[in-house]
Amino acid sequence: MRFLFKTDYEDDIKLFPHSGYYFSYGILFALLLVAPYVLSSYLMSQLVFVCIYAIVGVALLILTGFTGQASLGHAAFLAIGAYTAAYLQKYNVPFPVYFLAGGLFTGIIGAMVGFPALRLTGIYLVIATISFALIVEEILARWESVTNGNEGMRVKTLSLLGVPVPRDSPGFYFLCLAVLVLTIVGTLNLLRSPTGRAFVAIRDSETAARSMGVNVALYKVKSFAISAAITGFAGVLFAHKLSFISPEMFTLQLSIEFIIVILIGGTFSLHGAVLGAIFIVMIDPFLTYLKDDMPGIIAGVAAAFGAGKERAASIQSSVAAFASLNGLKGAIYGVIIMLFVLFEPLGIYGRWLKIKLFFQLFPLYKRATFKRQKIYVKSERNR
Amino acid sequence: MSYFRAENLSLHFGGLKAVDSVSFAVEKGEILSIIGPNGAGKSSIFNLISRIYRPTSGRIFFEDQDITEQPPYDIAKLGIARTFQNIELFENASVLANLLVGRHRHSTTQLWQEFLFLPSVRANEKVHRRRVEQVIEFLDLESYRDKLISGLPYGVRKVIELARALCSEPKLILLDEPSSGLNVEETDDMSFWIRDLKNDLGITVLMVEHDMSLVNRVSDRVIALNYGRVLAMGSPSEVQQHPDVVAAYLGA
Repeated sequence: MRFLFKTDYEDDIKLFPHSGYYFSYGILFALLLVAPYVLSSYLMSQLVFVCIYAIVGVALLILTGFTGQASLGHAAFLAIGAYTAAYLQKYNVPFPVYFLAGGLFTGIIGAMVGFPALRLTGIYLVIATISFALIVEEILARWESVTNGNEGMRVKTLSLLGVPVPRDSPGFYFLCLAVLVLTIVGTLNLLRSPTGRAFVAIRDSETAARSMGVNVALYKVKSFAISAAITGFAGVLFAHKLSFISPEMFTLQLSIEFIIVILIGGTFSLHGAVLGAIFIVMIDPFLTYLKDDMPGIIAGVAAAFGAGKERAASIQSSVAAFASLNGLKGAIYGVIIMLFVLFEPLGIYGRWLKIKLFFQLFPLYKRATFKRQKIYVKSERNR
Repeated sequence: MSYFRAENLSLHFGGLKAVDSVSFAVEKGEILSIIGPNGAGKSSIFNLISRIYRPTSGRIFFEDQDITEQPPYDIAKLGIARTFQNIELFENASVLANLLVGRHRHSTTQLWQEFLFLPSVRANEKVHRRRVEQVIEFLDLESYRDKLISGLPYGVRKVIELARALCSEPKLILLDEPSSGLNVEETDDMSFWIRDLKNDLGITVLMVEHDMSLVNRVSDRVIALNYGRVLAMGSPSEVQQHPDVVAAYLGA
């Protein structure tokens, strides 16, 4: 177990509390750099999606995890970023310009969503953000002169300073990775400065935040704007990765996926966004595997237990029918969320911390260390 | 002109007059206690000053400035800090993070500077950190610096509430029942600290308190309230012997 002795105020400010972090993050960074030359093109493509989902996850963490404002409308912010990019690209605007424009424009829209959201909390805020997402989806489908309606828009290959960067190339992966790293570092910086502390203060007690001089309304709007802007940047990358965008890609289901990213990863740390993104991106191939191989395996097991050939075939077909049911994915997501909320509210990252602590304290670890306790003094709060 | 002044302050909830045209003044550098039975309107007065409630009528002045219409977050910027009766700390943050929020009114950095964590932001953070450390030292909170609030006992939380208010370097501090839930020893400590606020830091104190021994020890003047009205005002012993106050507490 390592004990940190602080001798300088700098020790409370710096991002890496001790030198071990340089080592572990250095290795991670090196692995990420060699990844495109080692991994298969399919895994590389998944890795790009992990980056994009993680960027959105960080954005959602700022809003939901740190400011305490739930949102089920982030698919809409992603869509606004993506469509801004696709639209500006038609007029031969260079990438850096429409990349920034996508983020800034989405940020402005986010601030505008933030204003009506000021008076709403909890489930009502969720409903408001869902409505916003539905409105955006509808606008994208109807405003054909700009968005090309339900036919969708084609996104040309990204060209950075005259050099084409195809969506499958290592270059595109590095671009996404760079945006992710910049987002994470920027957010960490924000969280260790007054604005980040004001966000956390609003999450925990608006009354106390106000009495400490935090302009709650202003900071909520700021949080919405920052979160939306980051999601907008992710949207630009998303559009390029898919090379084709249409309104039905940005549905409520996508917003729910983003919520799952932070719920499963852990809502209290930026690590959660990345871990959750890995989880959500990798669950898709897993579900495909279930759909393709599961019926055969179950039929095989049934045959091994002495089921007749006809019986095994009928089991196989009924399992296959179940596995390809519409909405099964949504149901599985629902079950996953429920299990995590019930059994691991701190998410994957929380579980990781527990495992780490177990080895650090071995053999003194107590299960009660992380046990949720009743809070007795939290009564009669002025909201 | 007095330092802080409330004129005919009223707060009505429908027919209920929680605060009924209360007037009082606080002089610079004094400790003024407000006492009264439960429901007398003591905490309501605090909530009026910190603008959690909007007064039905009346005006509030601080340093000759009318602050009745100021938005709640500006009250802290003017130099009025407060603590809460039912602790309102940021549960899921460390003690240090809580105290740094108290520094919010002194933060001058812009959002984009914070994103990049420019040297100016870093320098500001160190200043905040140093001021917080002074408060930590003042209130003996060294051993709790990195602890999460949710794991701390009630008595310590009470002190951290005071510390957070002090971190904003207030000119006037409103203490809402600083000794409620504290044991005798902790109450003793609290009374010394309240005296020190006045003597060492030169902060004016307005305090709501039930514990009469604490009130007697620290207050320069006392206001007694009942049913939202002022019963008596004066030195602690004068107020305690006032027939109306005796009647309010013991029944007549």
